Amino acid sequence: METINQIRAQFSALQQQVYGKPLVYFDNAATSQKPLTVLELQQRMSSGINANIHRAVHKLSADATELYETGRDEVRKYLGADSREQIIFTSGATASLNLVASSFGHQFLKNGDKVILSEAEHHSNIVPWQIICERVGAQIMVLPVNIRGEISVDQFSEMLDEKVKIVAITHASNVLGVVNPIKEIVQIAHSKGVPVLVDGAQGIIHCDFSVKDLDCDFYVFSGHKIYAPTGIGILYGKKELLEKMPPYMGGGDMVDTVTFEKTTYAPLPLKFEAGTPNFIGAACLAPALQFASSVRQSAEIKLYEREMTAYMIKELENIEGLTIWGNPSNRELKIPVFSFTVEGTHPSDLAQLLDKMGVAVRSGLMCAEPLIRKFSAVGMVRASLAPYNTKEEIEIFIAGLKRAIKMLR
Amino acid sequence: MENSTIKSSKELEEEIVSEFSLFDEWLDKYEYIIELGKSLPIIPEKDKTDSNLINGCQSRVWLSSEYRDGRVYFKADSDAIITKGIISLLIRVYNGQTPEEILNSDFSFIEKIGLKENLSPTRANGLLSMIKQIKMYALAYEAENNNKEQADYGK
Repeated sequence: METINQIRAQFSALQQQVYGKPLVYFDNAATSQKPLTVLELQQRMSSGINANIHRAVHKLSADATELYETGRDEVRKYLGADSREQIIFTSGATASLNLVASSFGHQFLKNGDKVILSEAEHHSNIVPWQIICERVGAQIMVLPVNIRGEISVDQFSEMLDEKVKIVAITHASNVLGVVNPIKEIVQIAHSKGVPVLVDGAQGIIHCDFSVKDLDCDFYVFSGHKIYAPTGIGILYGKKELLEKMPPYMGGGDMVDTVTFEKTTYAPLPLKFEAGTPNFIGAACLAPALQFASSVRQSAEIKLYEREMTAYMIKELENIEGLTIWGNPSNRELKIPVFSFTVEGTHPSDLAQLLDKMGVAVRSGLMCAEPLIRKFSAVGMVRASLAPYNTKEEIEIFIAGLKRAIKMLR
Repeated sequence: MENSTIKSSKELEEEIVSEFSLFDEWLDKYEYIIELGKSLPIIPEKDKTDSNLINGCQSRVWLSSEYRDGRVYFKADSDAIITKGIISLLIRVYNGQTPEEILNSDFSFIEKIGLKENLSPTRANGLLSMIKQIKMYALAYEAENNNKEQADYGK
C-alpha cells in the first residue's frame, strides 16, 4: 500500500533491525514511534529555541512560549474542546489522573462517598483513587466486565446512587481493546448529577470523538502514545469543575501574587501548571496531533485499520488453543489491541521467543492486574498495532508465534 | 560421600559455557534451555508457598533451600519454561556447594553463555531476585555455621 509506505517512511525507528532481523514493532499500546516532524521540532527546540516559558521578555523565551501555547491550541482542536483554558499540560495520563483524584477528591469526596471504576482500568486509574479514598474514607465500587470484555450500561445505572461522586472509566481498555459506551455512561451519570472522567490513553489514538460530543467532564491522555515525546500529557476538564478544584501542586507560574501571608492563584490553565513544564514535549504535541489527524481523516487508512484488525483476529483464531481476550459483540468496537493466551505456553516465554525473531510484543500483567487475573492467572501476550504496521508484519508475527508455540509445547 | 562427587562451581560453570559454545544460533540455544526447563523436576505444590515465591511481573519463581553437612541444596521452579531452564543451570552449578563458595561466585557464566538479557532488571522475570535469594540463603547458613562453631568452641 502506497499510503502506508509513505507513512512508514516518516518513522526512522521502524527502519532498524534487531538481532539482525527487521523490527516488527507491535507494542504500540505501550508507546508509539515518533514521526520525523516531531523529532525535528524536538531537535530544533533542544538545540536552539531553549528558554523558559512565560517568564522572560527576551526573544528565545517568547519563541518557546509561543510554541508551547501552539501545542495547547492543537490539543484543544484535536479534542474538540471549547477553550484553551480547559487544556492542562501534565507529565502524562498518570499525572493527570493523580491530579484529578487528589484535587477533585479533596474538594468533593467525603467520608462514605463512592467512586465508580470499571474492572478494566489500568493501575493508573485505580491507585490514585485508592489513595484519596483511603484518606477521606470513601469507597471504590467496581463495574465488572463480562467474558467478552464489555461493561453493562444497565448494571452501571443500578450502581449509581446518591453516594457516588465521580465515575472514572477507560475509553478503551489497554488489555481488551474494547471501546466503552462512554456517551451513554456520561448521559446516565449526568442524569444523577455525577461527573465522568475518561482515561483516553488508548482511546485518543484509535477513537473518533470530541469531548463536547462525549460530554465527559475530564479526559486524560499521554503524548507518547500518540506520536509525541514522553513526559507530556493532557488533562482536559470542564471549566466550572476545574475552577472549583484546588491547585494540585504549588510553585512557579501557577500564581497570581505571592506574599508569605496569602497567595492568589493564576487563572486556568496555569493554576495547574506549577514549575517549569516539559515545554518541548508540549510544543511537539502540535506536529504529533497534526500527524494523528491526517491519519484519522484518511478514509483509506481507516479502512486499512479495520482490515488489519479483521485479518489479525482471523489469523489468531486459527491457532489451536489460542484465546483472544476482548471480543465485543460489535466488532466495530475493537481497537487493534490484541491480548491473548495460548494453552500450554507461558506468555513470558512466547514474548521472549518472539523478541528473538525481531517481533516486539508486551507480556505479563500490563499494569491491569485485577483484570488480567480475572481471565488468566499468569498474564497475557499483547500485540498492538499502529497505522504504520503492515500486513506483512502480521504474517511475520503469526509465523513467529506458531514457531514459538511449537518450541514450547 | 556427597562431597567427593561434587564438582566446584567454577568447573560446572566452565562445563556449561563449553556446552553452549556449540550453539551457533539463538534458536538452538533456546531449544536447549526449553528442554532443560521441561526436565527440571517440578517442585510439589505444597512447597510453592508464598514465602518461597519470588514474584516478577513476567513470571513467578519458587525457591527453597536446605542445609546439610555444610552444603546448600536448592529446589526451584517457575511457571515460565525459559526461566525454568535458566534456573536449572543455576541449580546445576550451585546445588550442593558450600555457603562460602556460593557467596564468592559472581554468576557471570550466564553472561558468558549469552543470556545476560534474562538477568536484566527490566525483564522482571524473578531471576535476578532468585540469584539474590540464593546468596541470602548462603549468607544465612554461613552465619548459622559461624554461630554454631562459636558455640561449640565455648563448650
